[in-house]
Amino acid sequence: MGEDTDAPPTLNHRGFLPDHNYVTEADIISTVEFNHTGELLATGDKGGRVVIFQREPESKCEPFSQGEYNVYSTFQSHEPEFDYLKSLEIEEKINKIRWLPQQNAAHFLLSTNDKTIKLWKVSERDKRPEGYNLKDEEGRIKDLSTITSLQVPVLMPMDLMVEVSPRRVFANAHTYHVNSISVNSDYQTYMSADDLRINLWHLDITDRSFNIVDIKPANMEDLTEVITAAEFHPHHCNLFVYSSSKGTLRLCDMREAALCDKHSKLFEEPEDPSARSFFSEIISSVSDVKFSHSGRYLLTRDYLTAKVWDLNMESKPLETYQVHDYLRSKLCSLYENDCIFDKFECAWNGSDSVIMTGAYNNFFRMFDRNTKRDVTLEASRESSKPRAVLKPRRVCAAGGKRRKDDISVDSLDFTKKILHTAWHPTENIIAIAATNNLYIFQDKLNSELH
Amino acid sequence: MEVTTEAKRIMVVALGKLYSSRTQRGGLRLHRSLLLTMVMKSARDMYHAAQETVEWEAAEQQESPAEEPTDAQMELQEGKPLSSTGEEVESSPAKLRRDAYNKENMSPPRPAQHSRKRRGKAAVEPDFLPCKKAKLEQKNSPHQLILSTVLLCEYMNCSSEVGAPPAPMPVQRAIAAC
Repeated sequence: MGEDTDAPPTLNHRGFLPDHNYVTEADIISTVEFNHTGELLATGDKGGRVVIFQREPESKCEPFSQGEYNVYSTFQSHEPEFDYLKSLEIEEKINKIRWLPQQNAAHFLLSTNDKTIKLWKVSERDKRPEGYNLKDEEGRIKDLSTITSLQVPVLMPMDLMVEVSPRRVFANAHTYHVNSISVNSDYQTYMSADDLRINLWHLDITDRSFNIVDIKPANMEDLTEVITAAEFHPHHCNLFVYSSSKGTLRLCDMREAALCDKHSKLFEEPEDPSARSFFSEIISSVSDVKFSHSGRYLLTRDYLTAKVWDLNMESKPLETYQVHDYLRSKLCSLYENDCIFDKFECAWNGSDSVIMTGAYNNFFRMFDRNTKRDVTLEASRESSKPRAVLKPRRVCAAGGKRRKDDISVDSLDFTKKILHTAWHPTENIIAIAATNNLYIFQDKLNSELH
Repeated sequence: MEVTTEAKRIMVVALGKLYSSRTQRGGLRLHRSLLLTMVMKSARDMYHAAQETVEWEAAEQQESPAEEPTDAQMELQEGKPLSSTGEEVESSPAKLRRDAYNKENMSPPRPAQHSRKRRGKAAVEPDFLPCKKAKLEQKNSPHQLILSTVLLCEYMNCSSEVGAPPAPMPVQRAIAAC
């Protein structure tokens, strides 16, 4: 995997003043997702807004500005709500966005906050009818006496307008906080998962959903694990996987039973007793699970590692990658400053040969499964001048031998965390969300995946 | 002992986090509360295991018959949830003793417990708390969380000062509020 990665200008669509360190909490990006072709990239933030970027078509006249992403549309997806029965505020933060495969000229995406999922239609309007008989150009009703002949309105080109409208609202189906949504490969259904339950919806039906997983114990005092993420298999519409806070994965087959509480496969790695600590449970909690594009593998992320599992082997992961093992001795401080509860996401590249995940200090890591090489890169303004090549970074243990440009563990900025990353479905383009900034990196030399 | 102080600190921090999560926007996060509860249990187990080891060593040194660690009463209500998380952190002598006392505790209640208030579905509270207390129902109420954490806090303070800690505090209730 070549590491000569070009960096186009950072896209800061939030108006963040570089001179100030002040970050509006509402601007913090909470999810990033490419659509199925990679032409569109959607981000959601804590303020409930969704921003969609579109890739500019490559032009021959300006070869270096080809394929850059520009803002396509911005809209408010969710608003803060109040649950009067429980006296709880419902955050407007967008937890997940998932695109539907494109079936006509319009694009559709699902966005969800803690309780409500919405289906949005994104369509373009570049023509408008002109030459009405009863209305003039500004829309005012004409004086009837001035109309002497009949004309047929004609569609005239206009400036491109992107219209976003809510088509469905899927509400009132979750008692706990929704952490995942996943569109099924049948393109008709999707699932939403909260801490204890997973519901199956039909995209056209909003007033009911099927509960397919329920791990709520009869007595809440017996609760030992919660659902942390869920995803449908990319090709088999009857299979889905969900991860738990105990570090297990369960593959379920909807053909077996209406309620998939009993798993078809349970993926679990036995705990290493020598590594036991106060925080073993916290760091083994799976924060994200993703099927590979092939559908053969699963990628999971827990606090310190990323693991690749083979669907055919339940006893242990196929590969384990240490994301930031230097933090293992710092778990107590990370627990005190709450960082140990951070939920990092993970991503596959299009050919399933490279996996990527975020870390602290605005670092993100990529692991090549074939060459076993890995790299640490930084998403920051200083290192991301336009068309600059990203320099690999290195974290050295405190007190260890330090090379130039290395950063010591104690100097890491734990407020700068990269929780959300996305990889273009077919090309070497990645989107990295660093707090309130979005970075898009393209590998111009190796644009084809291998 | 280092382990006990660290365990105590971890428990206190967990309680603080559980407290503050009540006022967080968006309501109580079940996952986070569960993890905090597990950390607290883990720390508590280590704390007691360390305490037992210290007492056992002290007893060995004195060459007198070993005293019953009154902490064994803690194990009363832990049974299933504890074993399901697979925590085995005590040293073997302490563990053997604990198992022996567990068997004893699982038989009909000991006379010492009859003197306490009859336990219904409500959480068992230590004796030193005033009788007038907030309702301890098994409902989805944030108040239950407060009370459980307050009780645990009191219990922790108590165990370091007073010799015989009162009945065990079911820590699992900390998350039952969701």
